[in-house]
Amino acid sequence: MLKILVFLNCMDADRITEKLNILADAAKYDVSCASSGSKRKNENKGLGNASNGICHSYTEDGRCVSLLKILLTNHCIFDCAYCVSRKSNDIQRAAFTVQEVVDLTINFYRRNYIEGLFLSSGIFKDADFTMERLVRVAKKLRLEHNFHGYIHLKSIPGASDELMNEAGLYADRLSVNLEMPTEAGLKLLAPDKSHQDMIKPMSYLKNAIIQHTEEKKLFKKAPMFAPAGQSTQVIIGATPEDDNQILHSANYFYKSFKLRRVYYSGYVPVLEDSRLPALNTSVPMVRENRLYQADWLMRNYGFHVSEIVNNQQPHLDLDIDPKLSWAIRNMHEFPVDVNRADLKMILRVPGIGILSAQKIVSARKFGKLNWEHLKRMGVSVNRAKYFITCQSKEFERRDLTGSAIKQFILATSHSKYNKNVPTQLNLF
Amino acid sequence: MTTLIYDGTFEGLLTAVFDVYAHKLGNVKLHQGEYLEGTLFDEKLHVVTDQTRAARVLKLLKLKLSTLGVQRLYAAHLAEIPGEDNNLLGFIRYAIDSPENIEEDYGNKYVMRISEIVRMVRREKHRMEAFIRFQKLRDGLFYAAIEPDFNVLPLLIKHFKSRYADMKWMIYDLRRKYGIYYDLHDTQFITLDFAESNRQTDIVAAYTEDENMYQHLWKNYFKSVNIASRKNTKLHVRHIPKRYWKHLTEKI
Ligand code: SF4
Repeated sequence: MLKILVFLNCMDADRITEKLNILADAAKYDVSCASSGSKRKNENKGLGNASNGICHSYTEDGRCVSLLKILLTNHCIFDCAYCVSRKSNDIQRAAFTVQEVVDLTINFYRRNYIEGLFLSSGIFKDADFTMERLVRVAKKLRLEHNFHGYIHLKSIPGASDELMNEAGLYADRLSVNLEMPTEAGLKLLAPDKSHQDMIKPMSYLKNAIIQHTEEKKLFKKAPMFAPAGQSTQVIIGATPEDDNQILHSANYFYKSFKLRRVYYSGYVPVLEDSRLPALNTSVPMVRENRLYQADWLMRNYGFHVSEIVNNQQPHLDLDIDPKLSWAIRNMHEFPVDVNRADLKMILRVPGIGILSAQKIVSARKFGKLNWEHLKRMGVSVNRAKYFITCQSKEFERRDLTGSAIKQFILATSHSKYNKNVPTQLNLF
Repeated sequence: MTTLIYDGTFEGLLTAVFDVYAHKLGNVKLHQGEYLEGTLFDEKLHVVTDQTRAARVLKLLKLKLSTLGVQRLYAAHLAEIPGEDNNLLGFIRYAIDSPENIEEDYGNKYVMRISEIVRMVRREKHRMEAFIRFQKLRDGLFYAAIEPDFNVLPLLIKHFKSRYADMKWMIYDLRRKYGIYYDLHDTQFITLDFAESNRQTDIVAAYTEDENMYQHLWKNYFKSVNIASRKNTKLHVRHIPKRYWKHLTEKI
């Protein structure tokens, strides 16, 4: 009897392992892995909480691993060209049961492997049928297991308002992936998906989130509704949109749907298709990184999207980051006197981040700052020196042009993405 | 120059501050260790840790600094980084001597140094919150071993207690030989006396029956989420320095 039991256990473990391999592999192209922005507390001595996301590990390509990110199933009735799970792709298919996902989440969470669950799915049967399963996992975790960790559910385009409402009650974050930055791109590569079906759950959620936030202000006991908001992902480099189009469309979604984050995912060529870049095309990682930097400038540094890209400047500079790029196009704004300028302008200086900018503004009340002070505050002086003056007689006197500065900075810096330089590869 | 010899505790540090002001000492150096007659230093003073004196200094500091500022000072002390005693003392003296709150005077070398130490300690604390891996033992206890660079265990209690309220857990600092244990109600500091040699095998032998399965699943998951065409080892190692690997299930 005991032998059989052990045997069954092994079978089970093998089957689960196989499913996990298939369904984690299929989910990995969704780059969002954030688990922050929620404010869920542990209640009634339950399990877990969700507030400031933690990266529990990092993949070998340096991405944060924070959530158990899996598909419920990779069966799909759609045929989106860029997706490994598309109907016409000849691959191994698998599906988890609701209970299996729940068990994996709880057991990983207890071991401190993860912050929670990011559950997505291929579309089987129809949108509501799929969405109902996703919601059921979240509901079970919350109600039966008293789980307060982070839950991110994918909203299936075309799902009903009732299901979206339930999803909002149990999940911390919801997302619909736009995938293609423009409607035309979507038509070309995802003929089964309608732009309208994707927008619909987004606007429903936007309104529901606003409404619940209002209620929460009035009644402390009102239920939380998707406290970490909505996000989306766009794939970069599968279609010919330029950075100007991509960032303006991101800006539109931030403004119109109050999205918390837009993720940019460099297209990984996985399929042979005449509409797509060839299989040997490399992943546009530098471009992806520049888009994140630009996005960051829009959200946290007070830059307007058209200061970063516009019709004259439709592409982000790949050699240098968008902040430096803006600075050398706008040399008339510099030099900035760090002992006087307002925070807004200090934030625009290349080499000064948010933390050091705040330190500068606090510390200068006690006395004028010099280069040594700035260095200790974490300012990258090598970069900033071309754009600032401080309490010192030494400063950059040459009247350098923007392009000369770019050359000087490039000559002394190393990008973390410059891994194709052979001398650096030898390090490992 | 007077060398003050103290016991390395926070109360000892505060008592030393008291003595500096009581004896109106100007130029001083702080030294951790035992007080021995007739060695090394010409002028030296034995700081005898005293709760009342320490409390008086702490009270004064609470007037001079914000609550957060006092906490940061404590965290910096707790880190036990060798050779930082004089910076801690310098910070405290600067805080006491100034008419206004100096916490944000980053132009001052002591303020800046404390801020650097706090940043290092915070980072280590965050790393521990991320990299601790619990292993489930047969008696239902979730056990984790750590070897942090600084003494951050006391700073971890709040996080783990509020997160894992419904299970018994223990986090043990192998380097400093003490741990914290949560029994579903409260946490307490503990020391274990297992033999150095067979520690890890003891723990593996005590695994509950599904522990190996979940470790195996996690390792598999970690492998599946990797995108080979994006490999960037430099970035990977920067995020998880190699010294942490030996306690990371997915890296063993
Ligand atoms: S609907 Fe989703 S899972 Fe299905 S093919 Fe399109 S992108 Fe892939």
